[in-house]
Amino acid sequence: MLGAENFEGQTELLDELKDRARALVEQLERGDFPAAAEMIRYINEARDRSIYREVGKLTRGLHEAIVNFQIDSTSSDFDRDRISKMANAQERLDYVINLTQKSADKTMDMVEQGIPVAERLGASATALHVDWQRLLRREMKPDEFRNFYHRIDQFLGGATQQSNELAEKFHSILLAQDFQDLSGQVIKKVITLVQEVEARLVELMRVAGQVEHLTGIFRTPDADKLADTTDTVAEGPQIKAHERADVVSGQDDVDDLLSSLGF
Amino acid sequence: MKILIVDDFSTMRRIIKNLLRDLGFTNTSEADDGSSALPMLQNGNFDFLVTDWNMPGMTGIDLLKAVRADDKLKNLPILMVTAEAKRDQIIEAAQAGVNGYVVKPFTAAVLKEKIEKIFERVDAAK
Repeated sequence: MLGAENFEGQTELLDELKDRARALVEQLERGDFPAAAEMIRYINEARDRSIYREVGKLTRGLHEAIVNFQIDSTSSDFDRDRISKMANAQERLDYVINLTQKSADKTMDMVEQGIPVAERLGASATALHVDWQRLLRREMKPDEFRNFYHRIDQFLGGATQQSNELAEKFHSILLAQDFQDLSGQVIKKVITLVQEVEARLVELMRVAGQVEHLTGIFRTPDADKLADTTDTVAEGPQIKAHERADVVSGQDDVDDLLSSLGF
Repeated sequence: MKILIVDDFSTMRRIIKNLLRDLGFTNTSEADDGSSALPMLQNGNFDFLVTDWNMPGMTGIDLLKAVRADDKLKNLPILMVTAEAKRDQIIEAAQAGVNGYVVKPFTAAVLKEKIEKIFERVDAAK
């Protein structure tokens, strides 16, 4: 539990309070009110001293946590690098979006240009094949054959050129996948940064929790409830769909759900 | 057959456009969110709407509801193609009157199957 641990010097404080309380009871039983009043003042002081000491320690802890959080820009190249990482995390992710967009566009350009080439090649081959069958069946007239002869020549020349064209497009598609490496590197850096920030936040919460413990502030459960909203919020792709009961695991699940609704 | 494709990512619009062309639907237009799609639908005599859910501006679910609330458009067949995969969301879309729901990532075969199913039903209802 955050803030639940005993603070340093608690035993000494408790012993001191117990001793003084016993003395107080004795003095009250003797009817020595001035001494009792003095003892009550001591007890108060002991409590205050301990609180001041703890608050002082926590303030230092908080200060350190905050200093660690705002990485000092003047200290070293390593830290400067971390600052730029923090400041540029959004830029970096934008870069990944641009990179993947460019790659997808390039790939689709090549595919869109390649499909008609493949279709033309296929259509010419199909047409020639029909005539070739006629030739085999000896159904072709001499002047038709001369034309066929010429078309075969054209097709063979075209096929070489078109298959080269297709190979070139495949090659471009292959190269357009380089985004995976580049975006992977950038995303890994952002993940490291998020982990650093998370660790610092946990430290900050631990210190803040001790402050709450000491000052007797307790969070009401209502605070957590506020996070719930009733509106459906779009979440985007489910990364761990199979671990969540409220999420479908694929198109089959969607179809099952819809058919259960009468679709 | 005039089809409007609504998605905030141009890559996804292009993929859907290509798949639709393979299926023989060549008359397609594109919009990048619900608020630009709605006026196009109101003025454009579209026969079919393919929309994403999560978009800036007006989302796909709001577009779906707006279309169903519009007297001129309320019978327009709508296919949702989205990464949103929560059961509650699919139920919400179904209740709002979606005609089909495809979760991303999807295959050409799934898209084809859902579109054909929608048109079978539309034809049967005529």
